[in-house]
Amino acid sequence: MARFSAFELFKKGLTGHKNWPAQWRDPEPKPAYDVVIIGGGGHGLATAYYLAKNHGITNVAVLEKGWLGGGNTGRNTTIVRSNYMIEGNTEFYEHSLKLWEGLSQELNYNVMFSQRGQYNTFHTPAQRDTARRRVNTLNLNGIEAELIDAKRMAAEVPGLDYSESARFPILGAIHQKRAGTARHDAVAWGYARGADGYGVDIIQNCEVTGFIREKGAITGVRTTRGEIGAGKVGMAVAGNSSHVAAMAGLTLPIETHVLQAFVSEPLKPIFDTVISFGAAHFYISQSDKGGLVMGGDIDGYNSYAQKGGLPTMEHVFAAGVSFLPYLSRLKILRQWGGVMDMTMDGSPIICKSPIDGFYINGGWCYGGFKATPASGWCFAHTIATDTPHEASAKFTLDRFSRGLVIDERGAGPTPNAH
Amino acid sequence: MSTDRQKLRIGGGLVDRGKPVTFRFDGRVLKGFAGDTLASALLANGRHLVGRSFKYHRPRGIFAAGVEEPNALVELGAEDRLTPNVQATAQELYEGLQAKSQNRWPSLRFDLMAVNNLFSRFLTAGFYYKTFMWPAGAWEFYEKFIRRAAGMGKGTHLPDPDTYEHVHDHADIAVVGSGPAGLSAALTAAEAGKDVLLIEQDFELGGTLLYEAGEIAGQANADWRRQTIARINGEPKIRVLTRTTAFGYYENNILGCVERVQDHVLTPDPHVPRQRLRHVRAEKVILATGAFERPFVFGNNDLPGILLSSAAEAYVNRYAVLPGEKMVLYTNQESGYRVAASLLERGIRLAAIIDARSPVPTRHHHFAREAGIPLYPAHEVAEAKGGLHLKGLVIRKIGDGLEPRDIRLDCDTLIQSAGWAPVLHLQSQRGIKPVYHAALDSYLPGKCADGQHACAGAAAGYPTSEDAAVHGHKVARYLIGAAKTAPRLYAPKDAPPPSPAPVPLTRAKCFVDLQHDVTRSDIEQGVREGFRSPEHIKRYTTQGMAADQGKTGNINTLKILSQVQDKEQSGVGTTTFRPPYTPLTIGAVAGRSIAGELRPTRLSPFHDCHVRAGAEFITAGDWLRPWYYPGPGEDVTAAYIREAGEVRSGVGMVDVSTLGKIDIQGPDAAEFLNRVYVNGWKTLPVGKARYGLMLRDDGMVMDDGTTWRLGEHHYFMTTTTTGAGAVMRHLEYLLQIDWPELKVHLTSVSDEWGGVAIAGPRSRAVLGSSFPGVDVSTEAIPHMGVLEFDHEGLPVRICRLSFSGELAFEVYTRAGFAGNLWDLLTEGGKPHDLRLYGSEALGALRIEKGHVAGPELDGRTTADDLGLGGMQSTKKAYVGSVLKNREGLIRNDRRQLAGLKPVEGDTPLKAGMLLFEGDGITPKGHGIGHVTSVTYSPELKRHIALALLAEGRERVGTLIRAVDNGGATVIDVKVCSPHFIDPEGERLHA
Amino acid sequence: MLRIDCPFCGLRDETEFTYGGDASRTRPPLDETRAEVWNDYVYQRPNPKGLHSEYWFHQHGCRSWLKITRDMVSHEITAVAYAKDTGE
Repeated sequence: MARFSAFELFKKGLTGHKNWPAQWRDPEPKPAYDVVIIGGGGHGLATAYYLAKNHGITNVAVLEKGWLGGGNTGRNTTIVRSNYMIEGNTEFYEHSLKLWEGLSQELNYNVMFSQRGQYNTFHTPAQRDTARRRVNTLNLNGIEAELIDAKRMAAEVPGLDYSESARFPILGAIHQKRAGTARHDAVAWGYARGADGYGVDIIQNCEVTGFIREKGAITGVRTTRGEIGAGKVGMAVAGNSSHVAAMAGLTLPIETHVLQAFVSEPLKPIFDTVISFGAAHFYISQSDKGGLVMGGDIDGYNSYAQKGGLPTMEHVFAAGVSFLPYLSRLKILRQWGGVMDMTMDGSPIICKSPIDGFYINGGWCYGGFKATPASGWCFAHTIATDTPHEASAKFTLDRFSRGLVIDERGAGPTPNAH
Repeated sequence: MSTDRQKLRIGGGLVDRGKPVTFRFDGRVLKGFAGDTLASALLANGRHLVGRSFKYHRPRGIFAAGVEEPNALVELGAEDRLTPNVQATAQELYEGLQAKSQNRWPSLRFDLMAVNNLFSRFLTAGFYYKTFMWPAGAWEFYEKFIRRAAGMGKGTHLPDPDTYEHVHDHADIAVVGSGPAGLSAALTAAEAGKDVLLIEQDFELGGTLLYEAGEIAGQANADWRRQTIARINGEPKIRVLTRTTAFGYYENNILGCVERVQDHVLTPDPHVPRQRLRHVRAEKVILATGAFERPFVFGNNDLPGILLSSAAEAYVNRYAVLPGEKMVLYTNQESGYRVAASLLERGIRLAAIIDARSPVPTRHHHFAREAGIPLYPAHEVAEAKGGLHLKGLVIRKIGDGLEPRDIRLDCDTLIQSAGWAPVLHLQSQRGIKPVYHAALDSYLPGKCADGQHACAGAAAGYPTSEDAAVHGHKVARYLIGAAKTAPRLYAPKDAPPPSPAPVPLTRAKCFVDLQHDVTRSDIEQGVREGFRSPEHIKRYTTQGMAADQGKTGNINTLKILSQVQDKEQSGVGTTTFRPPYTPLTIGAVAGRSIAGELRPTRLSPFHDCHVRAGAEFITAGDWLRPWYYPGPGEDVTAAYIREAGEVRSGVGMVDVSTLGKIDIQGPDAAEFLNRVYVNGWKTLPVGKARYGLMLRDDGMVMDDGTTWRLGEHHYFMTTTTTGAGAVMRHLEYLLQIDWPELKVHLTSVSDEWGGVAIAGPRSRAVLGSSFPGVDVSTEAIPHMGVLEFDHEGLPVRICRLSFSGELAFEVYTRAGFAGNLWDLLTEGGKPHDLRLYGSEALGALRIEKGHVAGPELDGRTTADDLGLGGMQSTKKAYVGSVLKNREGLIRNDRRQLAGLKPVEGDTPLKAGMLLFEGDGITPKGHGIGHVTSVTYSPELKRHIALALLAEGRERVGTLIRAVDNGGATVIDVKVCSPHFIDPEGERLHA
Repeated sequence: MLRIDCPFCGLRDETEFTYGGDASRTRPPLDETRAEVWNDYVYQRPNPKGLHSEYWFHQHGCRSWLKITRDMVSHEITAVAYAKDTGE
């Protein structure tokens, strides 16, 4: 693996970039591995990377049915933050944010993590009270965040409708300075290159079609490229969790829903931060290429279609234009959808499954992208040691039957409400 | 007239010379005609150079004549109507138009950022990923410069002054595109009696017929177009939408269309929207969307002066503009010669034809000879030469085994035609992959399995206008059921045209994506680095991700991918097109449901009464509620303290109309209530009400309220304001799906009834004065008693119940009578000094009494958490009764409702403070609870709060700490019962 | 956009309806006391990547709960019925 550096770029530039090696190999699957990870998205690749790096387990294959990073890793709105209120989430997402902060150097791959800050607005006194609880929770857990009023926000972010007569006036926001955005594809590619460097086999165009079982335990997978034995199998297949788990005979507390995202035409810098609005769900940032990246609520009904419909798009932009009236004149370039596994409490699952040799990572709801580093870190720990990592210890599968749900929105067992 | 300044304007065309138009580009005043696009008018004035490229800031000119244009993006308008990234080739010219070139500084001709071009060898595919990482955390520093250099047009922070609207259209057949196929399809369908909607993005109907030479049924294209349009205009079954783009093709044959109503006028009529979003619901859809011409990939193929041959033909024949003085054609197929002939007919003789084929068919040799145009058969363009404009070409003979010898051709314009790419964006949006056809070296539509749509004409591969018109006719017959089988896609007889050369013949940049500055070597490098799938290449190189979505670049990228990987092109795969087909104005998507109309504003039937009484309002969900009624100089705090005190000492009136209200009738109503509430309902007598608590299936509290028994089989339920919709849905679900055997009927009457609460020691007296003759004594209406009567035609329902802890009555009437009730009560209240109070005082009163509301009913609390565990019947099953007993829900350390009093009574608490043990250890972590609701208690003359506190009931009497500002504020508080006043309920029963 | 052919109101846009989730589940009888049975009902979802039986509430129409069969990938609706008529 060629180490990336400014000098290397300079050197290779002089020779017409003919000497860059492949960033990962394209190996044939071996008959068996110590660990097989199903899913070559950010989470699966990060898991493989940390299995090798943190636990010395390098006889690992990552199986991807299409092209790596082709699922939600490459379809999200790239927001990274750690401002969760409920115990379990707070700690996990902060663990993730800390990993993000050193990720480019760790991977020797610029994932363009841009800590441009994020605002979560509130619009009623009741929302302000909840925001205060959230900020206090963060601060007292050692996580930087600040409750700011509308006046200060107006000074920091121009162009919003700050009028008191607005339908949902902006009263203020939670501001987290360390939050921001990252280049989504680069995260998958960086982890892939890193894992490959440790000898992990990344096998694309290899779809898992079933599991090999011995005495109840899972000992391998059947794939479109043949059978592959495995000491342990972990799945990280956002958007297909129920489908893959069903092959293993498991039913999950998950529904799959479409979340749309939108990008505008490329513009010179016009929006320098990240905002999520608390009255009608709308969030926005501007990519380094200049496109405004925007999103809102899920389409509302179960779906595996990686595309969205008109009503939700209209809904999202009605909110967008209400909060940022200047958006009205700009143009959308692309509308697309990702399929998200929504759990019954809005929080993820990282745990050993009830089946020996099978480990589950899934149910990321809206939070998958920002979770990528910690998800890989904790899932690798769980697979390697057969014990949960402390940062993800609450993300169990049995928390539902035991009444230990982690319900950030208090919406109950209604996945489309989280 | 100043038309003489339009130095490249020629005769003929479709522009209206009777309507000269003045416009500005980069500050220069220029002239054009109505019927021009901005691009054609610029060309007429000899302006090719219109912008700078995305990454390298190379000079760029007009490349196409339609929406596939990658280069000619301009800033249109000024101030609050500033619109960036407008395609000059699709923008209709209008009087007073102002446009500016983009992405250049200080000027278009001299752009300092062009320094990037010098460093371009380091700025290839993926270079960002490999650098800017040092020192750690420095990315934001580099990013600032990168962001400034990137982007294209500038936006503004000013609000858009224009309006937009949504409309809905229905049609039997929607036809997208009005070229030969679209026109003939629309006529065919309409003549068979179908309602047809014909959708055209241009301001003129006709598509290629507007400029292309050719014949249909023995008529010249232009004549056939005129005649067919006349027939269409006389056909009542056809509705025509011009200036309307079908941007998205969604499920159930819904086309998302945007109509540009006023993008071709300087000052829009304020009574008409700027654009309309049209939802077209069609039985069948015909996609007659045409084809884009494919460019060649060669060195410096981005120079101004290089354009598509179809664009050249359009500029000459439609817009009457000569793209250049000395034009060379570069082609590898028939249509190039068709354009050459078409130009010749207009007296424009090409300087040369370069044909990449070997051999070139004899008929083309004949044509060239007769026309007197030098032909270079089996030659390729290696490189274009020039600075701000094309000056010449370097061409080479292909594959003769000899050392390549450069031939230099001088010219100022190159028109090129390397084949065609059917426009399949809309079909691709439906999830149907385009299919590669080797015989055509292009992609054709995939199969539409459900027969809901079909591609027609050039979109199905047909190269001539006559073929397209015939195909359009056949497709229409098929979709209306007049023909059984789907018409075939085009299958050519001739050999396929040769592909672009696999090895670059030059060291100059060979662009594949002009808008994103992606070159052939970027793609090759991406493949070398392991990016094989077209989706990977797209993401790594950004090819196809610009505002044009790769309309002219994608097909060449796929070709290069196939060549570099030595893979059959059919096996390379494709990327997926996403809506919108062309960039879509956000305002049009948002429509009218913005700002004040973002959500409906619900008003209580008493709203006008509150306005008259001088109320300040607050938003609660969709509702506007009276927040407080300010006295002279009072703010909300002063007002609510006064109002709450007035209730406790006298009597007050508050609007409670926002509560959800459900009318429940049927013989099984009591059984139904018994199943949905935690407490028992079988014994409630007629004329009494009861407080009820509902759980979700998971055992958490869902909602609370009172339900009144009005008759043997008749109940009136109230819910919380915010829970109203969800509770109604939930109850209907249970009745219709889970317990269909129950004979119960529900009606939402939230808007049917309006009500107020009269609370305070003198509340009974107010009722007595207001309803003389009605017995309101304790005997007649005991605690939770219900009275229903008619007072001089006014329907009245009264229940004696209290949210404040005082003697209180809720009084309802039909919403239409709300004003009458209000007047009656205020009049009757006068002798008793009846005051008004708003939601803030209501909150203060309920906190004093320890009643739970929204902040406590947060979806994470159980009945027991809220101190209401005792209500839960053990003698019956009800929704949530089993799962409420899960271990996590009955743990001892759960947070329970508690009261808090700051040790210093004049210290206010804030909702959202976290609670920590009173042990002096620095607060850290999630704490032992949090403050949910706070108020100043006028009764206790101190600040108080409700909290959810671990083992809260056990802790009564202990000292703990409330923490705010991340630990900077610590307040000692004493835990107490949440019932701050009258815990025995003596006032209630007064 | 989905379009649902309500048996009472005719073909209507999805925006008139509220989604009610998986209809393959059956509420346990009220006197069912086993937590695991309720747990399955409340939390577990087959979530098939294919035909899905689901409820929709015609909130801005006739207020009927409908039972619909829909493909989760193509979104094609193949059956619509008044839920009350489909009960056992």
